[in-house]
Amino acid sequence: MARLMLRAAALTYLALILLLPLGMMVLRAFGSGPVQVWRALTSPDALHALWLTVLIALIVVPLNAAFGVLCALVLVRHEFGGKRALNALVGLPLSLSPVVVGLALLLAYGQDSWFGGWLAESGIRLIFSLPGMVLATLFVSLPFVVREVVPVLREVGREQEEAASTLGASPWRTLLSITLPSIGPGVAYGVVLTTARALGEFGAVSVVSGNVEGRTQTLTMYVADRFEQFDVTGAYAASLLLALLGVATLLMMNRISRRQGR
Amino acid sequence: MALSSRLAAAESRSRPRGGERGAAAAVLARGVVTSYLGLVVLIPLAALLWRSAASGYDRFVSTVTSPEVLASIQLTILLSLGTTALNALAGTLIAWVLVRDSFPGKRLVDSVIDLPFAIPTVVAGLTLLALYGPRSPIGVDVAYTKAGVGLALLFVTLPFVVRSVQPVLLEMDREVEEAAASLGASGAETFRRIVLPSLLPAILSGASLGFARSLGEFGAVVLISGNVPFRTEVVAVTIFGRVESGDVGGAAVISVVLLLLSGLVLLMTDGLRRWRLVCDG
Amino acid sequence: MSITVDRVSKRFERFQALKEVSLEVPSGSLTALLGPSGSGKSTLLRVIAGLETPDEGEVSIGGERVTHLPPQKRGVGFVFQHYAPFKHMTVWENVAFGLKVRRLPKPEIHRRVRELLELVQLEGWAKHYPSQLSGGQRQRMALARTLAVEPSVLLLDEPFGALDAQVRSDLRRWLRRLHDEIGVTTVLVTHDQEEAMEVADRIAVMHQGRIEQTGMPSEVYDHPESEFVMAFLGRVNRLGGALIRPHDVSILSRPTPGTREAMIERVVHLGFEVRVEMLLGDGSPLCAQLSRDEAAFLDLRQGRIVYVDVGAGRTFEPSQLHRAAS
Repeated sequence: MARLMLRAAALTYLALILLLPLGMMVLRAFGSGPVQVWRALTSPDALHALWLTVLIALIVVPLNAAFGVLCALVLVRHEFGGKRALNALVGLPLSLSPVVVGLALLLAYGQDSWFGGWLAESGIRLIFSLPGMVLATLFVSLPFVVREVVPVLREVGREQEEAASTLGASPWRTLLSITLPSIGPGVAYGVVLTTARALGEFGAVSVVSGNVEGRTQTLTMYVADRFEQFDVTGAYAASLLLALLGVATLLMMNRISRRQGR
Repeated sequence: MALSSRLAAAESRSRPRGGERGAAAAVLARGVVTSYLGLVVLIPLAALLWRSAASGYDRFVSTVTSPEVLASIQLTILLSLGTTALNALAGTLIAWVLVRDSFPGKRLVDSVIDLPFAIPTVVAGLTLLALYGPRSPIGVDVAYTKAGVGLALLFVTLPFVVRSVQPVLLEMDREVEEAAASLGASGAETFRRIVLPSLLPAILSGASLGFARSLGEFGAVVLISGNVPFRTEVVAVTIFGRVESGDVGGAAVISVVLLLLSGLVLLMTDGLRRWRLVCDG
Repeated sequence: MSITVDRVSKRFERFQALKEVSLEVPSGSLTALLGPSGSGKSTLLRVIAGLETPDEGEVSIGGERVTHLPPQKRGVGFVFQHYAPFKHMTVWENVAFGLKVRRLPKPEIHRRVRELLELVQLEGWAKHYPSQLSGGQRQRMALARTLAVEPSVLLLDEPFGALDAQVRSDLRRWLRRLHDEIGVTTVLVTHDQEEAMEVADRIAVMHQGRIEQTGMPSEVYDHPESEFVMAFLGRVNRLGGALIRPHDVSILSRPTPGTREAMIERVVHLGFEVRVEMLLGDGSPLCAQLSRDEAAFLDLRQGRIVYVDVGAGRTFEPSQLHRAAS
């Protein structure tokens, strides 16, 4: 009896906070019919926002994946002073407000920054353009791959690498055919998390983008913009697309972690 | 045993560098990692601190103590505390149900928990407005209210406590509970005296992660809050407003206050983690 | 190919793992490095393989100095304690790894892998992953992988440590046969004196980062040069400063000159042998080991008074004891 009540309480809470609102969002999106949804999603602004979001993810995810693997290797396999500082620094983006991240980038690479003059002279425009948005997304999604790979690397240990070296494999060969494949699932998990964050980032990107409609608007910014313009169908249609991407992410995470569990 | 484990530890610490080329590669790798972090994270943060310091002490104090900023800091802390407490309770309950109970669809519920991590924050805000906003089908409208902001924070921080308590509960030795029961303890008593104390570190560390997240939350809140100063404006929204109106210096000052707050929470979390290590023996 | 280790020292932070260790491993021999955990035997093996660089001293393989060569250039085969299987590769791919690294032609690789899998009796398991093998099978796969590259010396780190008793003794005999067949110089690390005696034709006993004694198994057992070696290689009685092996204690029913009185505390039957635990007149314990027939003949029972002759066994001179202790 007590058990049933606890179950009911837990599920009710989940329904109220999570499931019912999500269901309602789907209903809202289709409230004006699938044709409207399609039209909203294929408007030039929406398509451009989608393209920009995907483009940023395409740049950010490989960069942060490569960095994450390298950083994890350095953290686990090397001994040096300042290792703890590096470890703390890598985790820092997780505890910063996205708005603060955006502002920090604005102050570092904007017009009035230390490098502002030099950047302007060289004709490089970082803030209020794609590079700034890429930087913001890099910043907020930086820890995910490192965080996932470090424990895997620790657990795999050095024995397989040592075995490869006694079998005649060069350090490079060992890295490519032993180390990287054995941390594969960890990297995959981290990449999925990075992708989700990159596609969904809003605050940091908003601050550095300048929000010029149709030019520097990502899909999340498009959602907020449509909502503020009272275009509810457009806002909910784009939301639905983003939510579906989130669900896809979740499914992939589940698949990877189940494979890891084997 | 102690000797051999010490030897193993010593061995794992001292590895051959594989000759000079290996050492050079290690230095290069470290250099690349540090430069990347420097460009993406360190320089921007330094610029932020620099800018907030550049406005001078008086400006700093007057910005922080302006009624609007004070109100938003106060609101942020209060709402974060409240939602964190509620989610600590609900999260523990959900974790318990997911580990100890069994019912059809449990696996589905288990994977749904992570949705707030996977769904963009703006979408989360909009999602809540679909049910609890204007034109709500159930007649509840929390748009532009503190309750609405709290709801958004509840949504985005839901997974933290669940995901931190769940593994501890899974690993917990049921024999201890059975022993307590065999000694005559009732179910509630066993929970209060045996289960809860061993879950507490996990609950607190999950809660502090959620709290840190709440303090800086922007995306989920911004659409719901409607940015009414003194009433629904949280710190992240205040900072954003300042940036948009061109007061970058003021925004930097408030950001540093927020940074200090999250730093404090981070320190507490670290302390909790150590406590947890001690508890786990 | 012979291995020479010349005054090698190795320190890990504050722990001195090897102290000026010198060792000669004759070509074609099977040498066991025997010692308790922490005695430095694994470190010595890793130094020979090039997985650790010594702080001082030299290592030569086949007369050639290899001290500063990385492992991949030494031509050694190393079998790890936990076998270090490449978990993301099948058995076949594991065994083929070293051959692929050496860029052998494909047909050659196929032929060699097939031969080796046959040698280690894993023909049917080529497409399986290491996680699908038993401990003994994983061990044999690791051996095949190592032998595939035709190493000039074979180094085994506690190769049977993680296996259960039955599999372990089977594999020991199998390894000995394999060694006799292919004749590769082999060094094996173990903490199990029985294993060392059974498999090796030479034993180096290690203690606190030093080699205490090197020799054939019978030599080391019968003529231990230090108290540690004697105590580590089998059960001993300590009487005053002297050490006596239980099977060197003789039990008599009647006193004769030089015998001492003892009371039987316990008689333990260990199959063919019987262990007799006694108390001497001065209260010190003494243990004897004799055959079942002898025990039956003497009618040994708990509480009986018997007379023991401990002079027949080998004892240590105080000076030797002192040397070993320092």
